[in-house]
This record gives sequence, C-alpha cells and structure tokens, in this order.
Amino acid sequence: MLCNICNKNQATVHLTEIVDNQMTELHLCDDCAKKKSIQMEQQFGLSDLLAGLVDYSKQLGGSEKMAAGTQCPFCGLTYEDFRKIGRLGCSECYTAFGRYLGPLLKRIHGASQHVGKTPLSLPQEGLKSSARSVRGSSVTELKTRLQEAVDHEEFEEAARLRDAIKEAEKKKKETKKENESE
Amino acid sequence: MNLNDLINQVSSWLKGTGPHSDIVISSRIRLARNLEKTPFPHWAKKNDAEQVLVSTKAAFERTAELKSAVFLHLEELDNIDKQFLVERHLMSNEHAVRSNQKALCVTSREDVAVMVNEEDHLRIQVMESGFDLDKTWDVINSIDDQLSGFLPYAFSREWGYLTACPTNTGTGMRGSVMLHLPALVMSRQINKVLEAIAKLSFTTRGLYGEGTQASGNFFQISNQVSLGLREEEILGNIKGVIGQIIEQEQKAREVLLAEHREMLEDRIWRSYGTLKNAHIISSSETVELLSMLRLGNDLGLIENMERGLINELFILTQPAHLQKLEGKKLSANERDVKRAQIIRERLKV
Repeated sequence: MLCNICNKNQATVHLTEIVDNQMTELHLCDDCAKKKSIQMEQQFGLSDLLAGLVDYSKQLGGSEKMAAGTQCPFCGLTYEDFRKIGRLGCSECYTAFGRYLGPLLKRIHGASQHVGKTPLSLPQEGLKSSARSVRGSSVTELKTRLQEAVDHEEFEEAARLRDAIKEAEKKKKETKKENESE
Repeated sequence: MNLNDLINQVSSWLKGTGPHSDIVISSRIRLARNLEKTPFPHWAKKNDAEQVLVSTKAAFERTAELKSAVFLHLEELDNIDKQFLVERHLMSNEHAVRSNQKALCVTSREDVAVMVNEEDHLRIQVMESGFDLDKTWDVINSIDDQLSGFLPYAFSREWGYLTACPTNTGTGMRGSVMLHLPALVMSRQINKVLEAIAKLSFTTRGLYGEGTQASGNFFQISNQVSLGLREEEILGNIKGVIGQIIEQEQKAREVLLAEHREMLEDRIWRSYGTLKNAHIISSSETVELLSMLRLGNDLGLIENMERGLINELFILTQPAHLQKLEGKKLSANERDVKRAQIIRERLKV
C-alpha cells in the first residue's frame, strides 16, 4: 500500500482519526507520518492547555477586552497573541502583562516569588550564593565581571569580585612558587 | 571534533557507570535562559535571531566547559544528521524540524549540549551516567555562572529567569532521571508508582524524550514546578522520589528472582537468543528485548557483558544512526535488516 499523502513511498504507519464522529483512515509512509505527528502535536499542545489557564486568570485580572488589547511596547506582542500561542514575545512582556501573569504563574507553579539563583551580574542576596558564584571561575572571567559590575554601578558586587580576584591571584603565585622550587 | 566522529563513540552519559546504574541510566538537568530585550525565538525577526547566534557563540568561546565544543548551525545539516543528534539526546525534535537561525553547541564527551534559539534563546543541558544530580548540577551551575557574566540574562527579582513559556519561569530548571523499571512493570505495580509521581507534580516521559511514550520499561521522571523553590530544593525533591522508586524496583526484582526465577530466566534468555539471531527486527521489538537483556545483565544472570554495550545499542539501532552507519538513506524495511545486523555483530561473543 502506498502512502496517502505523497503516493510514493510504502505506507508503514496506519492512523485512524475520528473528527466529529466521522472516522477516516490514513496510511502513511515514515516521513509523512512524522510530519503529520508534528502537526497533530501543534494542533493540541501545551499552548491549548495554557490558553485555558490564561482565560481563567484573566477573570481575576480585569475585563476580557482590557486584557486582550494590552500590548508589549517592546516587541509588539498583544495579550491576545499570548493567549493564542501560549508563548510570550520577550522579557519585557513580563512587565507589560504583569498584572495578568502574576495569577497565571501562581496557578502553574503554586507560587509567584522566585527564590532560586540570581545571575552573577546582579547583586547577590545572602552569603551562600555569593560564595558559590565565584568558585571555579578564572581570574580573567572574574575581571570581566568586575568591569561589568563597575559599569552597572554595582559596587557591593564589584568589591566582592575584587576580593575574589586578589585571592585567586595570590593562589596562582603560590602554585607558581611551589612549581619553581620543585 | 567533527559530527561524524560521534558515531564511533559512546556518549559519556551512556557508559552505564555511576551510582545506582543498574536501575538509573542517566541524570540530566537543563536550564532555560534568555537575553533581555531581545524577542524570544518564535517571535524574533531574522536579524534578531542571527544576532543571538553571534553573541551566544562568542560567550561559549569564553566559557571553560564549552571552549573546545563544536558549534553547529542547523541550517547547514541534512535531515539525517539532525535526526542523529536528536537520537543521541543532544537536542529536541522541535529544534531539528524548524532549523532556521538555530544552533547546537556540544562537547566531545556529549555531556554538555546547548540549544540556541529553540523555545528559549538558550537551553543548556548537562547529562551524567547513573544517579548523580549533584555532580550534574555543579557542572551546569558553573557553566550558567560563566555565561551570565558574558550575556545579559532576562531576569526579574520577582519571577526569576524569564522564559518564553510561563511553565518554565523561575529557575528555568528541569531536572530529570531516566530509569529502567522492568520488575515494577512485570509485577504490575508501575501504574501505582506513576500515579503517585503525578500527584507530586512530577512528569513521566519515555526513553526518547518529550512527547514520547514510555516503552521498553524506560521512564524519564522530571520536575514540573520551576518557580518558588530553590534549585537545590527541586533537585532534593527529585532525589527523594527517585530514591524511593529505586528501592521499590530493587524489591520487585528480588521478589521476581525468588518466586518466578524460571519464568524470568526464560524471558531473558529468549530475548538474548532473538537479539543474537534475528535477521529482521523492528525498533519497538528491539527496545523490549534489549530491556530484558539489560535486566539479565543487571541481575547477574547474563555474565561477561558490558552494560555500556547494551546502552549503546538502544541508540545505535535508531533510524538515523543506522543510516549513518550504512552511509545512505534506508527505507523502513531496509532499516529492520540493518538493525538486526548491527545487533548480531555487537552481541557476538
């Protein structure tokens, strides 16, 4: 039996679809089956489920019209777009749709406050994460970061990096001396 | 390193070593990261996406673990090569299908792989053999720390790392563990286990990743929640749950050996016999039989066989691998023949 889509290759996948009580049978070759399965995944995927959640949280956030019309000033994505595709357009969308996203995140994760790690380029909260962040980094990397911290006027972070560089350079010298004396 | 070199080596995460490697195939962590004020890949114009490729490539070149990694522009690869990378668990199917302005950075050990412009600008993945999420976390955390010094990550104090899909917002982290649970399946306890896992908001997937069904007794279990918990807490939860499942599987194996030894030995040796002698074999039959062979090996019933060899066969018998080994495109029927041939060759004592 030949594939129903390309009519070229041998059909190896046999698919039964029921749409509105109408049953159709499809016989597909490997390649066409793969394409079809990707299409099907897209037809009903995570975005559909997410859209359900979005609809719900919109009720909490304000009137439907207001929500749908909101647009991200940076990338132009509207809340209606987000509702359809289940993906945000850029980092700024989080600010633009903030009041609707808060309840949505809460529904997905059961929480709406991040407590995990912070990028090193930002001031760290608490000693523990700071200690972890410089470990294993080379002096060159630390210096790059130091420059960035200074540029961003993050002086607390800069001081911490400066100390880490001093420490690393001291260690380097000591190893060098040890190697030379051997 | 060249893409074609990969076929002659076993990925480091498939070696069959590490803690609890009789039950746990591998541990994997991925982090979703994006650049601030840059449209996410699905919403980006061509220029934006190309700029992301340039800036991330430069950042990888300054990152210790990625310095000597290969950076592949997916548009330059043919379909078999892309499928080959998917089969090796180095990237997603989604990444292979729409490959415009997409890239993959992969190390020679294949323990680190970064997809560029998949759903998020960066999807960093680290994999280790056996049950070792701590080591996996140390590696990925260091890579992430270094990259954050070179790339302006999209991050908010309130919501953490900002991702294209809100289901990943927060830590952007997904930790997962691939388990081989034949005894729980045979003793019909697996559904109970999977139901319990779902209640604790973990997800179960199959051997071949996202969107695949569990087959051949392989289950990939990962966290769903990424916001409101610290990375170490998320990993601690996974470790706790997986530890329990390992214990259950061990008990089930002991019971099978004690009460149904003959039945078990029969299934295992028949599987071995078929694998060693078949001339035509489908991929689903291969997975089922290799699973039995692995169990036989793990229980010490089949001796003198490397666990890594069995693990490798799961990957080598996939369609794109067979076609790369043969050096040309093969039809489904031709693949069944080639698959049987490869298995016979590798299992020759």
